[in-house]
Amino acid sequence: MPDSSGRTHGSAVAVTIAGVAIVSIWEFIGQRWNVLVPEALLHASAVLQCTLIAAVLGVLLGVLVYRSPAGSAIATALTSAILTIPSFALIGLLIPVLGLGVPPTVVALVLYGLLPIVRNTIVGLDGVDPAITDAARGIGMGRAVVLTRVELRLAWPAILAGIRVSTQLLMGIAAIAAYAKGPGLGTEIFSGLVRAGSANATNEALAGTLGVVVLALVVDGIYVIISRLTTSRGIRV
Amino acid sequence: MSETTDQKISGVEIELAEVTKRYAGQKTPAVDGFSMTIPAGETIVFVGPSGCGKTTTMKMINRLIEPTSGQITIGGESALKIDPDQLRRRIGYAIQQAGLFPHLTVAQNIAVVPGLLGWDKKKVRDRVVEMLDLVGLDEEFAGRFPRQLSGGQQQRVGVARALAADPPVLLMDEPFGAVDPITRGNLQDELLRLQAELRKTIVFVTHDFDEAVKLGDRIAVLGNQSKILQYDTPEAILANPADDTVAGFVGAGASLKQLTLMRVRDVELKTDLVTVSTEDTPADVRQKLTNARKTYALVLDRRNRPLRWLHVRELASAGSLATVGRPVGDTVSVQSTLQDALEAILTEGGNAAVTGGRGEYVGTIDIRTVTDTIQQVREEHENDHENSAGGAG
Ligand SMILES: Nc1ncnc2c1ncn2[C@@H]1O[C@H](COP(=O)(O)OP(=O)(O)OP(=O)(O)O)[C@@H](O)[C@H]1O
Ligand SMILES: [Mg+2]
Repeated sequence: MPDSSGRTHGSAVAVTIAGVAIVSIWEFIGQRWNVLVPEALLHASAVLQCTLIAAVLGVLLGVLVYRSPAGSAIATALTSAILTIPSFALIGLLIPVLGLGVPPTVVALVLYGLLPIVRNTIVGLDGVDPAITDAARGIGMGRAVVLTRVELRLAWPAILAGIRVSTQLLMGIAAIAAYAKGPGLGTEIFSGLVRAGSANATNEALAGTLGVVVLALVVDGIYVIISRLTTSRGIRV
Repeated sequence: MSETTDQKISGVEIELAEVTKRYAGQKTPAVDGFSMTIPAGETIVFVGPSGCGKTTTMKMINRLIEPTSGQITIGGESALKIDPDQLRRRIGYAIQQAGLFPHLTVAQNIAVVPGLLGWDKKKVRDRVVEMLDLVGLDEEFAGRFPRQLSGGQQQRVGVARALAADPPVLLMDEPFGAVDPITRGNLQDELLRLQAELRKTIVFVTHDFDEAVKLGDRIAVLGNQSKILQYDTPEAILANPADDTVAGFVGAGASLKQLTLMRVRDVELKTDLVTVSTEDTPADVRQKLTNARKTYALVLDRRNRPLRWLHVRELASAGSLATVGRPVGDTVSVQSTLQDALEAILTEGGNAAVTGGRGEYVGTIDIRTVTDTIQQVREEHENDHENSAGGAG
């Protein structure tokens, strides 16, 4: 990896190279299309699968703790603590335990994805008007029914927003998983950065980065649609 | 509501015996040894200051709050031995702000309890239509979401949801507390109409004593820790409050409130007024007035409806009875409250003509009748508190 002096040097070069490269980046993407597309798909698939696992765990955790202020505070603090660990360091720490490849990637991504989901689940469930749950209990809904048919439905917009933020977060972090030989566009970025200075190195890193940005935008658009489809008209803002 | 006793009662008796609730970490219990029998098919109103334990007491009936000790019997069955969720499906529950599910349509909200009880879809659909009609909402509301309704409409849906599975008991915690006075009045009238039809056992909580007087067959005035200060009919409480606290709650104008509870048909009307028909001649009238030693008469039309007040002085210049005299302004019907009658008496100047079901004249009511009636009710209830401390049971 470039040290700090190398980085300033690199960015100074990047401007001039970028000036020349803008034309050739498209060519580069054209040439590498057959590699970039599968990588992008792998990237998206890894992120979405990890988001899904994080969503299940995060909502579960949120549901377990939301009634207790102390539990909520601890869950939020723990998941925030995870987010403060630099992703490089976390993956680095996981490699000796889980080896290279998919396992450390999945574990790291799921852990990073938890915070927004847990926090939004707690906030969303907390925000449900107590009068509504009181009425629900009062007309004979059991605890589980109130949770699944009332509280989670009402908290859903908040939870989905959390999941969306997680996905965005993981899109970027997943690139770093390439360090552990994980799948996705990170491979491009890394090999570009490792070969910094040599021919097409910048293009490679740039193509990977662009791919991540485009993916993120596309997936975000999909979230808008999902949100429309899964939120009751009665609570849509 | 007393006029509907012939209607079939669908409510059941509720009995609370020495019910106590002690919240964790509090020295004094929120409800202390509460005992009360709530007769089947009656509306009982809990009134009392904020924090006195009304909600806590009510919520122990459907076990949203578990009593610390004591017994609760609903329709002869011990409420504490039934699964709470099953119990609650048989007890309607309506609260302030309605507590509707915002993500469900009006129809879906109403259908919740029938759904929990496993009714088939067709039956549920029919029931939703029936309930909307019952609470006076058009069928077009079925597909709307709660936020697309006014506060009063939401409250109606709340009542419809509470009644959807036809529970014998209905608990209402300040259900009309958050709507404007006019809407509240309408909702109260609707509830009275509904209750006249359904005859459920209703426990109703309010801060508003006038609301209690209007809706309650009986009122329980509660003090701190849900102590029953007085449990009696509105008439009895207005006529003779058990103590100063209750009197304070009744507030000023107890007699005027009393007048809202009594109807003209409950009092004896005066029938010594001279009545004449438009076909009589002025000479006939003069004769009648002289015989009766009166100075004025009431002119009736062919169907015996009051037309005009006629003073003997006005006869002199009159050719026929078709036009002379002062038109009758305000009449009261036998259905009117004494309050309405008093209003008519004051505007008519001394007494008011009373009409029957088809508008026909049946007698007059004057200010003496009103004051005597109030006096009489007072006397009836004078000895209410001599042998019962608190008046529970
Ligand atoms: N969940 C609870 N935990 C602890 N104390 C409670 C709880 N609910 C109510 N209390 C206390 O119990 C007492 C009675 O409360 P309750 O809600 O029954 O009063 P209320 O008569 O309904 O008052 P309001 O007219 O303001 O609704 C109050 O002093 C209140 O602070
Ligand atoms: Mg209350």
